[in-house]
Amino acid sequence: MTSRRKSLNSGNPGAALVAAEAAFTRGLYAVAIFVVVLLTAILVTLLIGSRESLGTIGLGFLYGKTWDPVSSEFGALPFLVGTLLTSFLALGISLPFSIAIAVFLGEYFREGALSSFLRSAIDLLAGIPSVIYGFWGLFVLVPLVRSLQLKLGVPPFGVGILTSSLVLSIMIVPYSAALGREVIQLVPSDLKEAALSMGATRSEVIWKVVLPYARSGIFAGVLLSLGRALGETMAVTMVIGNSNFLPRGIFSPANTMASLIANEFAEATEPLYVSSLVEIGLLLFIVTTLVNIIGRQIIKRTAVEV
Amino acid sequence: MKIAGYVLILAMTTLLLAGPVAAGDKEILGAGATFPYPLYSKMFDEYHKQYGVKVNYQAIGSGGGIKQVKSRTVDFGGTDAFMSDDDLKDLDNPILHVPVCLGAVVITYSLPGGPVLKFTPDILADIFLGKITKWNDGRLAEANPGVDLPDMAIVVVHRSDGSGTTFIFSDYLSKVSIEWEREVGRGKSLNWPAGLGAKGNPGVAGLVKQLPGSIGYVELIYSLQNKMPVGHIRNRAGNYIEPSMEGVSLAAGVKLPDDTRVSITDPDAELGYPISGFTWLIFYREQKYGGRSRDQAEALIDLVWWAIHDGQEFAEPLHYAPLPEGAARKAETIVRSVVYDGKQVLSE
Repeated sequence: MTSRRKSLNSGNPGAALVAAEAAFTRGLYAVAIFVVVLLTAILVTLLIGSRESLGTIGLGFLYGKTWDPVSSEFGALPFLVGTLLTSFLALGISLPFSIAIAVFLGEYFREGALSSFLRSAIDLLAGIPSVIYGFWGLFVLVPLVRSLQLKLGVPPFGVGILTSSLVLSIMIVPYSAALGREVIQLVPSDLKEAALSMGATRSEVIWKVVLPYARSGIFAGVLLSLGRALGETMAVTMVIGNSNFLPRGIFSPANTMASLIANEFAEATEPLYVSSLVEIGLLLFIVTTLVNIIGRQIIKRTAVEV
Repeated sequence: MKIAGYVLILAMTTLLLAGPVAAGDKEILGAGATFPYPLYSKMFDEYHKQYGVKVNYQAIGSGGGIKQVKSRTVDFGGTDAFMSDDDLKDLDNPILHVPVCLGAVVITYSLPGGPVLKFTPDILADIFLGKITKWNDGRLAEANPGVDLPDMAIVVVHRSDGSGTTFIFSDYLSKVSIEWEREVGRGKSLNWPAGLGAKGNPGVAGLVKQLPGSIGYVELIYSLQNKMPVGHIRNRAGNYIEPSMEGVSLAAGVKLPDDTRVSITDPDAELGYPISGFTWLIFYREQKYGGRSRDQAEALIDLVWWAIHDGQEFAEPLHYAPLPEGAARKAETIVRSVVYDGKQVLSE
């Protein structure tokens, strides 16, 4: 403020304003570049940290099924499978709910006390610390899943892939639901009114106009929630059973990449062991990036041209 | 406005610079094992009250403690698994181990009615190898006459995080079972042949409580706190021993080597409890390194000396076994051997 007033007095306001504008732009650039540098730095750090395991184990790391710190044998396949299985299963479970919530709040109850109560309740779900979800899963879901397993005649562990997917699905609902509601509200009313005037029922409008129009936005929300599921650590580690074997089905205990790192990093002393754990981190980084790239392509393809 | 800002910055800088000086106290930095952490925090708190020396101990795990000592970022480390000859071989400044107390690892389980069960070493090994899968297995029934064992699947629960507790337990199993030693071995993290993993002692205790038919291993204090049944284990002399501090002290009554780096699992003692171990403080023998002052070295050694003498009274109330006489004498000799620039640090 001071400098601007001064420059106004000095009779040359234009130059000073241009200079301020340029400085502002430079600042924006610097911050944006800093974020990219940070991302690259993380990748480089992971690469350097996993150098030893990349060199010693090589590609075998990707398809090795044994994780044995005692005999220094490290394979990431069980954790890769565990991570993908829990995340996509959670996504599948959460999808009907998050879309229903998005339609309900975006189309049926846009305003009013009920709507704002529901909205804040869902936002609150996103704010609950994951360790609380883990506790809830351990004390409520585990006995339920266990009794289901007893009825089905499978080993009654209670913990495992299904239990962690259920916990994850609840954790990720708010992300896809919130974004879905936003885009559904953005569907132009002209389109909806046109459909209604041609005799479409309300549900027909939703299925044939609103959802196709909002498709890519809804998918962006789904992608966001998938990213959350891939990286979730605490809640998963409490209910997945932490068994370092290739899972045989959705009831079997397993482990994920994030949970393995959280569990074993503190006590890893052997250089190859530490390096293998860092490589797990690198793998998680790559998987998340790939999922994002593929997702962006899908968003582009499904976007409605207006 | 501007002047006020400068004054504020000046004041803050002064505070920052003066902070450590104004506190006046010495501070000793340590990091390592989580298992003795409840005892250490009690001990160090008392020490601060009595001598005004502040001890900052970070419970980051035994492996982390060893790493920090090696990178010389702390004054001392804490560990439940002693460093191997290989680890110590290449050091130009030897690292010393001083035992502080003992802890027991107990077998706990969750069965209807909570019966007290007896385990032989080979039954334990086979359960954790995944070879005995039912609670009404013939061998378990034979070891537990009169107990009505249910027709339930055994679910093994182990630690998912690297841990000194796992080291002690797997060290025991390696001693009593050739098959375990060959297929799994000893370590802080293992390739478990069976079961579920849970994080930390509280995690294992919690999961075992949650799952009927499960069996796991935890530090004694966790089974006491959670009022869980504990197994009696047959020791080398053939007696079934209930885990207790006395049983652990008896196990530690073995002849110790001078550097106290010894595993006391599966001991000869007639009434010794077979799954237990020491926990150690570790630090360098020559304290003059990396610009350390003699004062700093003396502060550390005074603390260690206090921990193996007056500090011992805090062990029993927290369910750790205090050092037996023999181990305490060896520990004293080790503390006496610490030097600064070649001269003994401990003032007698």
